Amino acid sequence: MSASIATHVNGAPVYFDHSGEHHPPGSTMLGFWLYLMSDCLIFAVLFGTYAVLGRNYAAGPSGADLFDLPLVAVNTGLLLFSSITYGFAMIAMQARKKSQLLAWLAVTGLFGLGFLGIELFEFHHLIHEGSGPGRSAFLSSFFTLVGTHGLHVTFGTIWLVTLMVQVHKLGLTPANRRRLMCLSMFWHFLDVVWIGVFTFVYLMGVL
Amino acid sequence: MSTAQHQAAEQLHPLLGRLGLDAIPYHEPILVGTFCAVALGGLVVLALLTRFRLWGPLWRDWVTSIDHKKIGIMYIALGVVMLLRGFADAAMMRAHQALAFGDSAGFLPPHHYDQVFTAHGVIMIFFVAMPFVTGFMNYVVPLQIGARDVAFPFLNNFSFWMTAGGAILVMISLFVGEFAKTGWLAYPPLSGLLASPDVGVDYYLWSLQIAGVGTTLSGINLIATIIKMRAPGMTMMKMPVFTWTSLCTNVLIVATFPVLAAALALLTADRYLGTNFFTNDLGGNAMLYVNLIWIWGHPEVYILVLPVFGIFSEVVSTFSRKKLFGYASMVYATVVITILSYLVWLHHFFTMGSGASVYSFFGITTMIISIPTGAKIFNWLFTMYRGRIKFEVPMLWTVGFMVTFTIGGMTGVLLAVPAADFVLHNSLFLIAHFHNVIIGGVVFGVFAGINYWFPKAFGFRLDAFWGKVSFWCWFIGFWVAFTPLYILGLMGVTRRVSHFDDMTLQPYFVTAAIGAGIVALGIGAFLIQIAVSVWRRKELHDTTGDIWGGRTLEWSTSSPPPDYNFAFTPIAHELDAWQDMKQHGVARPTTGFVAIHMPKNTGAGFVIGMLATAMGFALIWRMYPLAGLAFAATVIAAIWHTFNYHRDYHIPADAVTRTEDERTRALASAA
Amino acid sequence: MAGPSHAHHDSHGHDDHLDGEADFHISFKGYAIGFILSVILTAMPFWLVMGKVLPSPKLTGLVILGFAAVQMVVHMIYFLHMNAKVEQGWSMLALMFTAALVVIMLSGSVWVMYHMNANMMPTPDPAAMRNMP
Repeated sequence: MSASIATHVNGAPVYFDHSGEHHPPGSTMLGFWLYLMSDCLIFAVLFGTYAVLGRNYAAGPSGADLFDLPLVAVNTGLLLFSSITYGFAMIAMQARKKSQLLAWLAVTGLFGLGFLGIELFEFHHLIHEGSGPGRSAFLSSFFTLVGTHGLHVTFGTIWLVTLMVQVHKLGLTPANRRRLMCLSMFWHFLDVVWIGVFTFVYLMGVL
Repeated sequence: MSTAQHQAAEQLHPLLGRLGLDAIPYHEPILVGTFCAVALGGLVVLALLTRFRLWGPLWRDWVTSIDHKKIGIMYIALGVVMLLRGFADAAMMRAHQALAFGDSAGFLPPHHYDQVFTAHGVIMIFFVAMPFVTGFMNYVVPLQIGARDVAFPFLNNFSFWMTAGGAILVMISLFVGEFAKTGWLAYPPLSGLLASPDVGVDYYLWSLQIAGVGTTLSGINLIATIIKMRAPGMTMMKMPVFTWTSLCTNVLIVATFPVLAAALALLTADRYLGTNFFTNDLGGNAMLYVNLIWIWGHPEVYILVLPVFGIFSEVVSTFSRKKLFGYASMVYATVVITILSYLVWLHHFFTMGSGASVYSFFGITTMIISIPTGAKIFNWLFTMYRGRIKFEVPMLWTVGFMVTFTIGGMTGVLLAVPAADFVLHNSLFLIAHFHNVIIGGVVFGVFAGINYWFPKAFGFRLDAFWGKVSFWCWFIGFWVAFTPLYILGLMGVTRRVSHFDDMTLQPYFVTAAIGAGIVALGIGAFLIQIAVSVWRRKELHDTTGDIWGGRTLEWSTSSPPPDYNFAFTPIAHELDAWQDMKQHGVARPTTGFVAIHMPKNTGAGFVIGMLATAMGFALIWRMYPLAGLAFAATVIAAIWHTFNYHRDYHIPADAVTRTEDERTRALASAA
Repeated sequence: MAGPSHAHHDSHGHDDHLDGEADFHISFKGYAIGFILSVILTAMPFWLVMGKVLPSPKLTGLVILGFAAVQMVVHMIYFLHMNAKVEQGWSMLALMFTAALVVIMLSGSVWVMYHMNANMMPTPDPAAMRNMP
């Protein structure tokens, strides 16, 4: 940052940057990371709520009764694959290969949509058989935690499509590269949260 | 009937939801009177804006401004406006409680009284104190670190409009529908759909969610600014103390507002989606809400007070003409407070029954957290010792704070003892305690800050006489108003009670009401102070930009500073960088100015913020199609904004030269 | 590089580098290792639970939580490129602080709520009140 600005000239302290060359370094990466930390805390509260209320079945169905683990495994796989394909997109970005980047982004988006589709199917099925969010505190916390994650994936997918349009239109400008890196952090962060979800909610819910 | 069945039973109009003519409170004379006054005042303001052709400048120079200085001023202006309403609520409560004894029912029916104390708390915390401290941090921090703006100027503007949007919803609730009757934290099950089926709690939830987004983003913005945009040579341990306290405050903001957002979202889900987080049936647990909301609530009070600790540090060292005693210990104390604030939250609900082992832990941590604050007070005192003190108005507020806040802090340590808290929880003693620290701390600090930095922001200082009148009225008024409440609390009187049968309590309440009246005079004096100062601005003019002999970089700029803050980025060598420059006789550069890169104004923040507010209003009234539309519009507007890649421009070198030459002339004529 | 003639604010002195981009180099190898580790760390817990492999559910629970923690770290390192040098260590500090807060909030809430539930939630048997914690 300020390494290029001389604070002393010939041993005498300098008090102003006369060159006008001092530019504060970009804050976007740090700023976005801080936002992710705040999002982490929202999820922490939802996990905490699930930890406290997650066994309040209100004489209704429990996780063991409801969770379809093979389907969850498939979903987990889709999200994990979407993470790696986003990684490939970033490699293409680093190499400045625009069409490769767009292709990998599209694949990532499809995996994301697949994840959402399965999740919506699962939710629909649960609601349809009377195990909706209003049935018990356990189900309220389940739907809210998993649903909030799903909402984040939805917004991430919308963002991904928007970025694809912007990269297609304007190319790999520094601004677009910054945005792609932010989305990368976001997308991987969602996978990290999902690790918590499939472990703490689904797997432990069945034990 | 479960909440889900309750909801299904209600018939919603397809477009207007629950909104109807019966939402307008025709039959409440106080509200009708207030509406007439507000409408009249509003029309006058609109007429004046039109008469003096100010709409254009208002939009161009303020609403769309991404300049941290303008945004800071707007936050403080919002705080002042909401202070008037929040105080009106306080005055009504004091007046009502002074009267409502025995046969007299007072003038506020219970359901109205309940809304008044709820609105009072919500407004004072979220729409007075938060905007004030946010405004100061926004205005001062970039100047103190030698930067041209914050890290994300557009986000800054957007954050302001989201906060304003929340305030707008709270104001609308006065005339359309009603507000929550649950107290400022809206505990379920009272705030759940069964006990509060009306829109009041919904107003509460949506105004706070919307404002909360603004606050969280502002926190991220200021952390990034302080970490990344400091002037060359300004290491962390050479930052001004106010910047340090701002950094820790914003860390607290980013680390705790998400908890509030989540807790409110869960309550919202209970009310809108029929979930069972906090219901009495189907497995809900209302105590979880209390737990979550105070995990947010305790750090929140430090968010309010740390910035003003920073203000006091700056004021004390400037007006003692001495560098701050114990800078390093101030920094450590601030960081320790930041961390410890996450370990004390249970002391807000000792009486909810978690048992001795839990109480011991939280009682001890609560007592420990008073220690770093005590260290700060000693540092301020040691700074004053053997200083050459000037009792300008900011210094008066500071000394008033030291006395008032210390006593309030001590009552807090008293309450930290669980056994004592069992007797005093939710009594008027508690009310007196937190008003003691919030008024003695935050409010006094805000007034100190306003008097201190007003000349920097506007180019002329505030009238000292009316400032002193305001101070003494607030100081005396506060003690007259709250000492009776301490006594009443020790006698066992509970908070939020709108009628009493024990006539022997009345003298205390009457005294408290008189105290509130004196505070009202203090607020009046403050408004007069502003008016008189504007009237006399030529006499009170600040020519040099350094009216108090300040020590930090904001005082090196003109008053007000140019848009770009610094023609050349300063290079810091020591703590108190400006004082260091003055001591070394550093000459201000007068030639060789270059073009300066600046962000452009934009209306996008206002548009997106207002669309979000409209969505909030629609959701409050269950106007679902409209809410969906507003939501879609908000998202589309945000995406639209991301397609704007041309967000900056350069101020040409000759424009900079002209501005700087003007300053050179002003300084020469002042010499 | 970037488009037409207007002032290239984003390219001054940084010659195509983004701040933050210079902090780490993305490689295929890193992603591949991360991916393979993640697959293993995902398949194992699913197998342990669906196959009822371990004798006790408590032990299974602890083990899969351990796997989750490890996989989160794998994601942090290989996908999010987290290390102590990114953003002059501020990213790591923010992460550690957030992690500490998450632990405090979760453990604090569970501890507090357990006690409150034990003491305050209705119990059908009055004699049981004798043994409240």
